[in-house]
Amino acid sequence: MISDLFSTTVLIGILASGIRLATPYLYAAIGETFSQRSGVLNLGVEGQMLLGSFAAFYVTLITGNMWLGLLAAILVGAAMGLAMSFVTVNLHAKQGISGIGFYLFGLGMSDLLFQKLVGTVETVRGFPRLSIPVLSGIPGVGDIFFNQNFLVYGAYLLVPVAWFVLNKTTLGLKIRSVGENPDAADSLGVSVNRIRYFTIILGGIFSGIAGASLSIALLNVFQQNMTSGLGFIAVALVYFGGWRPLGVLGGALLFSMVNSLQLWVQVLGIPIPSELAVMMPYILTIIVLVAVASKIRAPSALTKPFEREG
Amino acid sequence: MKKVFQSEWMSRSVDALLPVFATLAALLVGAIMLLFLGVNPVEAYSALWDGAFGSTNSIAETLVKATPLLLVALGICIAFRGNVINIGGEGQMVVGALLATWIGLTFTNAPGWVIIVLALSSGFLGGAVWGGIPGVLKAYFNVNEILSTVMMNAIAIQLMNFMLRGPMIDPAQADLASKIPQTARLLDIFQLPRLAPTRLHLGALIAVVLAVLVYILLWRTTLGYRIRAVGQNPHASRYAGINVPRHMVMALLFAGAFAGLAGAIQVYGVNYRMITDGSASGFTGSAGFNGIVAALFGQLHPLWSIPASILFGALLVGANKMQRMVQVPSALIIALNGLVVVFVVSSEIWRRYRQHRRLVAVRDEESPPPPDQAEVQKEAQQ
Amino acid sequence: MKKVTWILTVLLALSLVLSACGSPAAPEISTEGEIKQFRVAVVMPSAINDLAFSQSMYDSLVMIQEEMGGSEYFDFVYSDGMFVVDDAAAAIRDYASQGFDLVIAHGSQYGSSLQEIAPDFPETAFAWGTTLETFGQPNIFAYEAASHEGGFVNGTLAASLTKTGVVGVVGPIETGDAKLYVDGFVAGVKATNPDVTVNVNYIGSFSDVALAAEAANTHIAAGADVMAGTAQMVVGAIGVAKENGVLWIGTQANQTSLAPEIVVANQVYRWDVVVREIIELIGQGTLGGKSFVITLENGGEVMEYNPDFALPAEVKALADSTVQGIIDGSITITLP
Repeated sequence: MISDLFSTTVLIGILASGIRLATPYLYAAIGETFSQRSGVLNLGVEGQMLLGSFAAFYVTLITGNMWLGLLAAILVGAAMGLAMSFVTVNLHAKQGISGIGFYLFGLGMSDLLFQKLVGTVETVRGFPRLSIPVLSGIPGVGDIFFNQNFLVYGAYLLVPVAWFVLNKTTLGLKIRSVGENPDAADSLGVSVNRIRYFTIILGGIFSGIAGASLSIALLNVFQQNMTSGLGFIAVALVYFGGWRPLGVLGGALLFSMVNSLQLWVQVLGIPIPSELAVMMPYILTIIVLVAVASKIRAPSALTKPFEREG
Repeated sequence: MKKVFQSEWMSRSVDALLPVFATLAALLVGAIMLLFLGVNPVEAYSALWDGAFGSTNSIAETLVKATPLLLVALGICIAFRGNVINIGGEGQMVVGALLATWIGLTFTNAPGWVIIVLALSSGFLGGAVWGGIPGVLKAYFNVNEILSTVMMNAIAIQLMNFMLRGPMIDPAQADLASKIPQTARLLDIFQLPRLAPTRLHLGALIAVVLAVLVYILLWRTTLGYRIRAVGQNPHASRYAGINVPRHMVMALLFAGAFAGLAGAIQVYGVNYRMITDGSASGFTGSAGFNGIVAALFGQLHPLWSIPASILFGALLVGANKMQRMVQVPSALIIALNGLVVVFVVSSEIWRRYRQHRRLVAVRDEESPPPPDQAEVQKEAQQ
Repeated sequence: MKKVTWILTVLLALSLVLSACGSPAAPEISTEGEIKQFRVAVVMPSAINDLAFSQSMYDSLVMIQEEMGGSEYFDFVYSDGMFVVDDAAAAIRDYASQGFDLVIAHGSQYGSSLQEIAPDFPETAFAWGTTLETFGQPNIFAYEAASHEGGFVNGTLAASLTKTGVVGVVGPIETGDAKLYVDGFVAGVKATNPDVTVNVNYIGSFSDVALAAEAANTHIAAGADVMAGTAQMVVGAIGVAKENGVLWIGTQANQTSLAPEIVVANQVYRWDVVVREIIELIGQGTLGGKSFVITLENGGEVMEYNPDFALPAEVKALADSTVQGIIDGSITITLP
C-alpha cells in the first residue's frame, strides 16, 4: 500500500503532475514577486487570473488562434494591473483590501461574461504539447521534463529570467531599492511611482498568462471560478519563497508535488480520509516554512504607500 | 477655502460619508454594466434599495447580514492596528462554528442559556486557536501571516467537510441515501431569541455590545495600548519593554476569536445547524473577507464599524434582491461588490487630503505664511 | 473642495430620489380568459450552465415550459449561484412572499431553511432536492435522484469496456449525491467483473478544474483506460481523457459535446419527470407531503448514448438488461 508510493510509475507520475500543476502558480507568483519586491502587495491576483483566463479562452474560441488568445490574456492582465497601479500608487489605497476588490471584480466579471458571451461549457484548441526532440526520448525523465505543454516550458524558463532581471540588471536594482527604501531611491533619482507601475502591470500580465495557461493550454476549457483559490496560494508562495524567484519555484513545486502525491494516495487506496489527503499540501507548506523561514526578511516598504515628502 | 473648514463638523461628516459616496460612484459604473445587460438601472437599483431598507423585514435581513460582518470587522480592527493582516477569517469562522455546534449537539440536557453562553464562548475560543496558530507562527517562527492564514483557510474547509459528513453528521441523514453533509438541528431552547416575525436575532445586539467593548479594549486598556503600539512601531515598543511577539499573537488571536464568534452566532442565530456545500463561503457568505472591507469602511474603528457593516450588509442583501427582481446573473452582484470595494478603498485618499487641508488651514490661520516671492514681484511690477 | 462636496451631496440626494421614484417590477399573474399562468421560482447553488447539477434542473424547466406552450402558461424565474445558504434562504422566502405557485429549492443545503420558511407560507408549494425528507410538512415536496442506479449501469459499461482492467473515478467531495453515484458506480463495476480495479479520487472541491485534470492524469498513469466522474469540475478530467484517448462515462448532464470521440454515454437527470407530477398535484390541491425519486424506472434517469461512439452490441445489450434488471428489481445494488 504505502510502499506502492515508491514505485517508479508513481514517482514519475507525481513529478509529471507536479510540474504541470505548478505552472499557473509559477506565472502568478513570479509576477507577484516583482510587485512585492517593489513594495506592493496585490491580493487581486486571482481576479486577474480569472479574467485573463476567460479572455484567452473567448478570443481563442472565436478566432481559432491561440496566440491571439494569449495576447488577449496579456492585455486584460495588463489592464487590471494598470487599474491596480493607479489605485495603489496614485490613490494610496490600502493594499490588502484593494486587491480583494479586484479579486471579486475579476471573479464576477469573468463569470458574467462567460454566461453572456459563451453560454455553455465548451472546449477550445489551445497550446499543444511540445516534445523537445532528443531530450524527450530519455527514458523516464524525458517524458516528464521535455514532453510538456508549451506554456509549461514558459513558466519554468521564466524563473531564471526573473532571477537575472531582479539580481543582475539595473532595473532589478531599482525595483529592489524601491521596495526597501523608497525615499532613498527617490532621492537618487529613481521614479518610485514609475517602477511600481511597471511591476504591478507586469504582475498583472503574468497573472493573465497564468490564467491562459489553464484555459488555453493545460485544460482547454473555461468554467466559473475555475482557479478556485489558486491566486491566493500563489501570493502565499511569494512569502514562502522569500521574495526570490528560486524560492518561489521551490514553493510552487513543493505545493504541487504534494498535491499530486495526495491524488496518488487516494488512487492507491491508502486508507486515510479523502479530506486529510487534500489537506496535505497546505499543512506541509506551513511545516516546511517553519523549518526554513527564520532569516527571511520582507521588503521593508511592503504595503506602505509612497508619498514624496516636502 | 477657509469658510468650508469653519464648519469643521460638517466637513468631518462629509468625510464619514465618503464610503457612501464611493459606493454610489461604484453603483454608477454598475449602472453602465446593467445597461449592457439590457436591464433598466433605475428599476434595478430601486430593487436594491427595496431589498435593503424597503420593509421591516428587509431592514431585519440587512441587520442579520451585517452581524457577522461587524464581528469579523471588530477582529480586523484589532489585528490591523496591531499591523497584522488577517485573511483567515473564513477558516476561523468555520472552526468556531464547528466547535460551538458540537457543544450544542453534545450537551443536550443543559439549560438553554447555559449552552448558548458556552457555545458562543467556545466559538470565540475555536476561532482564537485558529487565529492564534498563525499568530505564533508569525511571532516566533517568522512565518508570514498571509501565507499561514491562506493555508489555514484551506485546512479548515477540509476539516469541516470531514466532520460534517463523518463524526458530526445528522443521524437522520446518515440513514438516508442522500447523506447531506449537515449536523442535526439544534434544540429550540438553544437557538438565539429572535425579534419575531423577522429573522433579527440576539446576535446583532451582542455584536454591537462587543463593538463598544472592543473600543474600550483598544483605547482604555493596557493590552489594547500595547497592541496598537506594537502595530505602529515594533522597535520603539520593544525598547519600551513591551513583549512584541506576544502582542502580535494577541492581535491575531483576537482577530480569529471574533471571526470564530461570528461563525458560532451564524449557527445559533440563523441556521440552527451547520451545513456545507463543500466550500467555506457557502456557510460564511464570505463574511471572512467582507468583514475586512467593512472594517476598512469604518476606518478600522470599532464604533464606526457598526454603520459600516450595516451599509455593506445592506448592499449585499439589496443586491441579492436586485438579482431576483431583474434576473441578472448573480455574477454581476459579485463584480459590483468588487467595484464597491475598490472605489471605497480608493476614496481614502480624499479623506486624508481633506484632513491635510484642514490642518494646513488651521496652521495658516494661526501664523500666515510669508508672501510668495512671485506674488511680491508681480505686485511690485504693477 | 467646496464645489466637489456639493456635487457629491447632490449626487447622493439625486440617487435617493431616483430610487424612491422607481418601483420594483411587480410580478404579474396573467388572468386573461382561461389562461392561468403557473409560476415557478427556483433557487440553485451553481450556474445554470455548469453542465451538471444546476443545469439539469434549468434544462428540465425549459423543457416543461415548451411543453406547456410557452411563458404565457408556464413562467419561471431563477436565482443561480446561490451557494451561500443564508442568501438562498432569503431568496426562497422572498419568492414565497411574491406569490409563486411553486418554489423549488434545488440544493441539499437549503433544507434547513425550507423547514422554517414553509410553515409561514401555507398557500405556496415548495419542492426540495436532493433528498426524501419533507419534514412532515403539508406543503413541501421532496425529490431525489437514485443516482446509484445510473451509477451502477455506468459501472457495468465501464467494466465491460476496459481492456486494461483499471477504471478511474473523479469525484468532488465525499458526500451527498456525488458519493451516492460513485458508490453505485463502484458496485456496478464489481458486479460485472470483480477483477476490475476501480480507483476513486475525491479532489475535495467542486470547482478546482486543474486538480480534476491531474486526478485524471493520475488515474491514467495508474493504468485506467475508462474513467467516470461527477460534478462540474470534471470538465478538466474529460479534457485529459480526450487527450489520452481514454473513454469517459458521464452523469447529471449530457457531456458528449465536450469530447465526442471518447464519451460513451451519460446518465442524464430528467427532473421534469418530477416537476410535471408536482405541477399536477398542485393543480389538484396537494401542495406537498410527497417525495419523489427519479429512477431508471420512471424515466427520471435516462441513459443517453453517444451516437458517434461505436459501442459494441453485446455491451449495449448488457447495459440495457442491467437497466431492466434494476427496474424490475432483479438486480439489487448493495452500497458500502
